[in-house]
Amino acid sequence: MEYMILIYGDESAFGGLKEAQLKAMYAEYGTYTQELMKAGVMRSGSELKPASTATTVRLRSGKVLTTDGPFAETKEQLGGYYLIDVPNLDAAVKWAGKCPGAKTGSVEVRPLNSMGK
Amino acid sequence: MLGRIVDELVRREGPRILAGLIGRLGGNFEVAEDSLQDAYERALATWPEAGVPDRPGAWLTTVAQRCAIDRLRRTQRNADDSDAILEKLQAEETESVDDGGLPDDRLRLLFTCCHPAIAVPAQMALALRTLCGLSTREIARAFLEPEATTAQRLVRAKKKIAAARIPYIVPAPEELPDRLSGVLAAIYLVFNEGYAATEGESLMRPDLSAEAIRLARLLVQLLPDQAEALGVLALMLLHDSRRDARVGADGALVPLEEQDRLRWDSAKIAEGLEALDRAIALRRRGPYQLQAAIAALHAKAATPASTDWPQIVALYAALHAMMPTSIVELNAAAAVAMVSGPEEGLAWLARVEAGGELNDYHLLSAARADLLRRAGRAGEAELHYRRAIELARNPAERRYLERRRSEVAALNGEQ
Repeated sequence: MEYMILIYGDESAFGGLKEAQLKAMYAEYGTYTQELMKAGVMRSGSELKPASTATTVRLRSGKVLTTDGPFAETKEQLGGYYLIDVPNLDAAVKWAGKCPGAKTGSVEVRPLNSMGK
Repeated sequence: MLGRIVDELVRREGPRILAGLIGRLGGNFEVAEDSLQDAYERALATWPEAGVPDRPGAWLTTVAQRCAIDRLRRTQRNADDSDAILEKLQAEETESVDDGGLPDDRLRLLFTCCHPAIAVPAQMALALRTLCGLSTREIARAFLEPEATTAQRLVRAKKKIAAARIPYIVPAPEELPDRLSGVLAAIYLVFNEGYAATEGESLMRPDLSAEAIRLARLLVQLLPDQAEALGVLALMLLHDSRRDARVGADGALVPLEEQDRLRWDSAKIAEGLEALDRAIALRRRGPYQLQAAIAALHAKAATPASTDWPQIVALYAALHAMMPTSIVELNAAAAVAMVSGPEEGLAWLARVEAGGELNDYHLLSAARADLLRRAGRAGEAELHYRRAIELARNPAERRYLERRRSEVAALNGEQ
């Protein structure tokens, strides 16, 4: 079963990180990605550019409305994701717990809806 | 008559059949429950003519399984792996189906119900519903919440188990201690529902308590090194040993100090004390073991007066340090009163009341009334008995409180 691992964190805190700290963080994510691949569970994944680059789109009365910024203003922003394929929620939660983002922010695990597949 | 037979079967065999069926359906609660319901209806429709089968449990299992196959066929485009399950079920159908699957099917079901990805109130509701066959209404009463709230909790939890694929397994050894605490809480809750039933005329529902003890025995057998699992088993056995002495001929509750101790079940006491000894030998202290140790001191005392009250007060202090709740403080108050007098106990109750959490709890009013009675303050005692009677839901408890109230009322009349 496929699960999305959604990584939420406080973007403003990243701005304050020193170069070495950023490097260490990316190294951690690199190792984590390698582990996922080695275990054969990785489908895809990426870091996202900051929420300030987001554009929210709505179609209302046939018109496309475009607004600057993310859909919801929250303290923690969606900063990246992994898509993994594992047998059940326990396995997905185990992988989510190893995600570097779980230490500083929150990691949400959501099963993909495989209906109609 | 047939309705009663089926009701009895639902109560006795239902959870076991359901646990086995959920297992064979890969954790699909909804289809399993609906199919078992189909089987009950089929029984009510066909048994009057065909007669009750020799092994009604096996009959229900087979029919429920066939209904599950039909249901899966109808909805299989919605489930990504129903093909594999269908194949497995059909293969099994040709073999003889036993009464309800492996002995640990219910243990697996318990761990699934108590999965940390499910909110705690929903865990408990689900365990009571599936493992003990309680109705939604009974669970709602046990939790003191509207029936619609309970129903919604159950639906959401079952949907999440299926949609997020919460596995139908007993967790790996390294995960057990964490997962166990939720399971123990669920078992103890089930026991208490059986020991002080919130629904119905009688004080107790012995079937529920027996089921909880059975689950704990199974848990201890499968996980012999878990001290708190042994602790909860000991606690339940020691409480359960007093079952027959707890209700008088008039159906009223008999408090501990008035119980005929010869009617306590010595076999259950022996099993409880043995479980507690094994738990203590593992040297990992926990709240269930402490509560069992308190119950053990009562079980060992020949009379209320010869009870080791100072030791009980010390155990409550240790328990309160681990579990600083108002309920613990309330229970400790009676023991404190035995050691230091009713006024000291009342001071404890004043602290509980200041906490504010238990102000609508009948046992707080009842405890206060009892201590006031012992302190010779009959006028105030009658007021608090009245309040306790208003709040109590169980008729046996109300009858006891009513008796006490009329006793103190008579005293007040003489004054």
